[in-house]
Amino acid sequence: MLTKRIIACLDVHAERVVKGVQFSDLQDTGDPAELALSHGRAGADEVVLLDISATYENRSTLLNVVRRTARELFIPFTVGGGIRSLDDAAAVFDAGADKITVNSAALADPALITRIAQRYGSQAAIVAIDAFRIGNGQATSFGVRATGGRHLTGRDALEWAAEAELRGAGEILLTSIDRDGTRVGFDCELTRAASCAINIPVIASGGAGAAEHFVDVFQTGHADAALAASIFHLGVTPIGALKQELLTAGIPVRWPC
Amino acid sequence: MIAIVDYQAGNLASVQKAFYHLGFESVITADPEMIVRASKIVIPGVGHFDATAALSGSLQQAIVSAIHRQIPLLGICLGMQWMFESSQEAPSLRGLGLFGGVCEKFPTKVKSPHVGWNQLQACASSRLLRQVPENCFVYFTHSYRVPVVDATVAGCEYGGNFSAAVERENCFGVQFHPEKSGNPGLQLLRNFCEL
Repeated sequence: MLTKRIIACLDVHAERVVKGVQFSDLQDTGDPAELALSHGRAGADEVVLLDISATYENRSTLLNVVRRTARELFIPFTVGGGIRSLDDAAAVFDAGADKITVNSAALADPALITRIAQRYGSQAAIVAIDAFRIGNGQATSFGVRATGGRHLTGRDALEWAAEAELRGAGEILLTSIDRDGTRVGFDCELTRAASCAINIPVIASGGAGAAEHFVDVFQTGHADAALAASIFHLGVTPIGALKQELLTAGIPVRWPC
Repeated sequence: MIAIVDYQAGNLASVQKAFYHLGFESVITADPEMIVRASKIVIPGVGHFDATAALSGSLQQAIVSAIHRQIPLLGICLGMQWMFESSQEAPSLRGLGLFGGVCEKFPTKVKSPHVGWNQLQACASSRLLRQVPENCFVYFTHSYRVPVVDATVAGCEYGGNFSAAVERENCFGVQFHPEKSGNPGLQLLRNFCEL
């Protein structure tokens, strides 16, 4: 049976892994290559490295960090942040990434998704969407922000996810800006809405704080994968213990790792 | 020397990195002369079956010549699919036809691509899977799959059973990515290197 994936995310700023709350207030939590390896050994199914300053400061992804992190990592490795063109994507793939994520650049130029998918395959092209709630109750909808949450786009998150799929995305990395760094749980409503709207895997992100949040987002949110950062880096929720709890709840995970 | 065939289909460096980690030398090459001289050949690759068009002609001749000389050949993901007859993804192209069968799309009842860790179900003895734990998890990412055939040594279940690994004489194919499957994948690559 295909298992649900647990993804460890490294938010990288100035070549260090940092932790932020709602996309700001950065704290240093370690070296990307070391953290990637230790998460892999602990049972992470994938590692994602996001260069969180790349788009804003208008510089290309930190290829040396990518190269160093990829060297001894024999599980899937995804890199995002600052990828604006097929050439940017090529440089990141050449440095050792298996998949890339595009976010702001895809919003500005949706055909970029197709160009990357045609060259590297859909499985290598992940579209990252930073979504936020608008209204509540029956009238809730989800908007999209660009450039690390800084700019409104006027897009609807579910429509954008469906368009990304049509344009060749292989997965959607869906982050709830409202929940990012709060540790109060994933936005299961957002995740479920996206997962039902599209036929490619949805990676839930933003809000992980405890094992039960992962159970919820797989059972209620219909997520295919769930991503977290600081709770893994700081040992708040060790990945091994998390997977045991998921198994107990009847959720298929890769075990032993 | 292990030749990793470069036909511009995705990330070849990760396969080479795994061989390096295991202590085996390899070279990424698109030169038919190098492939003819190789002691082992790997055809990696991800992406659209269209990309395999680049394998036709002199590269294909070099690979076929190596097969006739019993040089071990390993196809990974798209490389494995190319070892079959053809793919619904690009019906005008022909594969190598080493194995009978046509690559087909997943049924619509499951999400596609099939992405993530899924279990191998060994169904025949295999030199490639020696000491790879039974029912272990390996990493898949693909939108097309090959059916279960005579040469299938391990299947996998996702919207029906399909071939995860095939093997006949010195020709091997895996639909998953051993270079991205942790220790079981590294063991498989070591087995190939030590053939």
